[in-house]
Amino acid sequence: MAAGQQWVLVEMVQAFYEAPAYHLILEGILILWIIRLLFSKTYRLHETYKLTEKEKEDLIEEWQPEPLVPPVSKDHPSVNYDVVTGPPSHKIVINGKECINFASFNFLGLLDNDRVKQKALASLKKYGVGTCGPRGFYGTFDVHLELESRLAKFMKTEEAIIYSYGFATIASAIPAYSKRGDIIFVDEAACFAIQKGLQASRSFIKYFKHNDMEDLERLLREQEQEDQKNPRKARVTRKFIVVEGLYINTADVCPLPELVKLKYQYKVRIFLEESMSFGVLGEHGRGVTEHFGVNIDDIDLISANMENAVASIGGFCCGRSFVIDHQRLSGQGYCFSASLPPMLAAAAIEALNIMEEDPDIFSVLKEKCKHVYHALQDIPGLKLVGVPIAPALHLQLERTTGSRDTDMQQLRSIVEYCIQQNVALTLARYLEKEERFLPAPSIRVVITVEQTEEDVQKVVSCLKEAVSTLLK
Amino acid sequence: MVTMTAANGILKQHSKQKSSKSQDVKVNGHQKKIQKHGPGISVASRQPRHEVFEQAPMYVAVMTYLGFGLVTLFGYFRDFLRAVGLEKCHQAQERAEQKDFVPLYQDFENFYTRNLYMRVRDNWNRPICSLPGPVFDLIERVSDDYNWTFRFTGKTIPNVINVGSYNYLGFAENNVDFLKTVAEKTQQFGVGVCSTRQEMANLSLHQELEQLVANFLGVESSMTFGMGFATNSMNIPALVGKGCLILSDELNHTSLILGARLSGATIRVFKHNNMHSLEKMLREAICSGQPRTHRPWKKILIMVEGIYSMEGSVVRLSEIIALKKKYRAYLYLDEAHSIGAVGPTGRGVTELFNVNTADVDIMMGTFTKSFGACGGYIAGNKVLVDHLRRHSHSAVYATAMSPPVTEQVIRAMKCIMGKDGGNEGIRRVRQLAENTRYFRARLKKMGFIIYGNDDSPVVPILLYMPAKVVAFAREMLERRIGVVVVGFPATPITEARARFCLSAAHTRDMLDLVLHHMNEVGDLLCLKFSRRNLGVCDDVEHETH
Repeated sequence: MAAGQQWVLVEMVQAFYEAPAYHLILEGILILWIIRLLFSKTYRLHETYKLTEKEKEDLIEEWQPEPLVPPVSKDHPSVNYDVVTGPPSHKIVINGKECINFASFNFLGLLDNDRVKQKALASLKKYGVGTCGPRGFYGTFDVHLELESRLAKFMKTEEAIIYSYGFATIASAIPAYSKRGDIIFVDEAACFAIQKGLQASRSFIKYFKHNDMEDLERLLREQEQEDQKNPRKARVTRKFIVVEGLYINTADVCPLPELVKLKYQYKVRIFLEESMSFGVLGEHGRGVTEHFGVNIDDIDLISANMENAVASIGGFCCGRSFVIDHQRLSGQGYCFSASLPPMLAAAAIEALNIMEEDPDIFSVLKEKCKHVYHALQDIPGLKLVGVPIAPALHLQLERTTGSRDTDMQQLRSIVEYCIQQNVALTLARYLEKEERFLPAPSIRVVITVEQTEEDVQKVVSCLKEAVSTLLK
Repeated sequence: MVTMTAANGILKQHSKQKSSKSQDVKVNGHQKKIQKHGPGISVASRQPRHEVFEQAPMYVAVMTYLGFGLVTLFGYFRDFLRAVGLEKCHQAQERAEQKDFVPLYQDFENFYTRNLYMRVRDNWNRPICSLPGPVFDLIERVSDDYNWTFRFTGKTIPNVINVGSYNYLGFAENNVDFLKTVAEKTQQFGVGVCSTRQEMANLSLHQELEQLVANFLGVESSMTFGMGFATNSMNIPALVGKGCLILSDELNHTSLILGARLSGATIRVFKHNNMHSLEKMLREAICSGQPRTHRPWKKILIMVEGIYSMEGSVVRLSEIIALKKKYRAYLYLDEAHSIGAVGPTGRGVTELFNVNTADVDIMMGTFTKSFGACGGYIAGNKVLVDHLRRHSHSAVYATAMSPPVTEQVIRAMKCIMGKDGGNEGIRRVRQLAENTRYFRARLKKMGFIIYGNDDSPVVPILLYMPAKVVAFAREMLERRIGVVVVGFPATPITEARARFCLSAAHTRDMLDLVLHHMNEVGDLLCLKFSRRNLGVCDDVEHETH
């Protein structure tokens, strides 16, 4: 049998040598063509109509765009902002009335601290106001480097990176690490900045119910099963959990120790957003990691803004150098935007100094938060949302009317009544059409260290009066 | 990225002399209008507008590719050495406890960073320790391990001429008299605001600024935001959404691209400053409608910038407005670099082209560059701004502008408008225009290839080869001049450049010193690639002598 096959092969080779050249060339071309057809993508025939010039002109004539912005009703509440004349500190002048401020996130009262202002003025005298450039092009000042090293030392991490705008911090950090194809597990109550970061990253987003670790575990288990089906893809798909330390929308704390356990069990990285808890929770104000006693290296990235407790402008991310250094080339809000003005950075450094010198301030704040929480518990008609250690609470209507607009109007009337009685409160504002899980309408109550016992009593009595007068 | 050069060696020039044979009536149109200005206006408006993008000789492109190829080869070699263990890996490593997690970075993503950027990164992120004025002080830093880590020697490099910071009108100053009101506001308000515009931080100061900006630009009303980048990324989604079309210029800034992506609209890119490409896209878009469903588009938004910061080119505003009116599209003009820097009284490209501001639907700009502060604004008619007050992401979720920064913008704008009683502002605008003309003309005469419009204070000088880019930056620092160099990926791979940003605060002596050093370094490093005849600059020479 083998000999016969061999004989056929020899004949083939002989025929090959004897064939005329054009024949071989033709065969070669046909073979190449077949290979090309085999490997080219299949295509669908496009619709083969073509418009005539006249038809095109007609279409262009006829097309009418929508107006650039939709027309607005004049009495929409957000068109007319409340006007604050003077600084938004403990005593705030809003719409002409001097009120006690229960609405600005000035938790540690550093907004009108004299030391901070003096440092800012000294920096103004030396550096002027703006930095006139991004960090890469002579926009890096010694003040920025000092602030970064101070923040890293304060949080006990290797490195920190600062941004010039609080919103842009987490919104640039998430897309720097998570790309198309990666998976992010995020809490439903995540704030808008996180949602924009998720949208910019183009990854798969999986929401778990607020603070529900079982729901998160279920999602992680499902993902694990998916991974086992396709291990090659799983080896390159990064997975992240994004949570907030203290949620701004629901005023409660995330269960960090359970999250760390889940992290090591299912091999996902944790990004922690601490805008509300930095400078508030923990014995020295280091945030929710100190509050729970979790090792800070277990959290891959901590992001916070300096616009709440620190009373400056901007934000920062801190963590290990392995993680943070990447943002210096891939964080869009860092590379393509001007750096933080030096006087704002100097103010932040001085605020950090004050926080380090006087850690009692955090226990004072904690006591005040507990006190206000219990005082606001028994207002008939309003439901308190939050935990006792949260410095920014929500008051929702106990019985909703069924329509969001009416609820908002009722709450707005309560707020206006309080302003008339010299207590400044505010409605919590959201973009109704853009939020994924829109929170219920509520009044935001913010606790600061500067508020006294009388102030708290005043706000409670004001609210009780307002409810009894207006909500009937 | 696509380069916008013509065929090899041919000059692309839009000058008044040649336009008589072209059918482009619009080019002639805006030129004629400029002539109507009286003789008292600055030099800039009397000259014909030149935008030149000369292409380098072929050998330069070849050498550039060779250079990159060589570095890539070395990169692979070094990676091999690192993998084998013969070379120490300086990069930070993952934690031991997390070694079995999915790697945070893929090796090939960081190839360029590891093997090219690291070797030359001493030219970026240079820290300074003084105000970013026309001269500044750099902190001296050295590296003992080829740029993996830096250490500060403790000394400073004083009086380095600054041609890299965006300080167009010289408002980066610390003169106590000028900053009096800013200091007062700091003392009164502090630096933070701790709330959002819709909640508790709408200060009367912000409203004063918005009124002033609207007056400055000649529009009905405006709204300001705390960060220039965020102005784009948070407001474009409030204006357009799914079912809308965005036609964006090829070289638009990252913030515009991010804003367009976050909005969910369909994005199509037209060639840089190319009106034929734009018109073709407009016609095709209106005729075929949305992809696949062919429903008509809800809105079409054209996004352009006033001055493109990497090219130095100026937008063809009159032509775009004509197109926009013909096809009923909306125009979004980002004047980050051009507000305050161009135009006879610093009102930006609308003034430069003598265009009615009501024709531009959305005027956006930043306060970082010409006003020495930070933040951005959007201006237009009242309906637009009211809509933004309700629906802008920044108004609801992000903090308002800091009070001293707001005051800095107010005082800078009043200075430019002349409201503080002097003509300091208009003097600065004219000084900037004069500096721009002089600097560009001298550089061209020396034989460098310069991109961009003659009126733009952003001057990119092409260096092409990666090694020359680095050598140029280091050599200029030795001579006490701080320059900015940019390469891939911010520019096309073969077009690395140095970018000069002129300022009204630069004196003639400073510019002469810079030019003198440029001449020497240009000869030293063979950077004078231009092959043009140099007859166009004689009249400018007459002006300056």
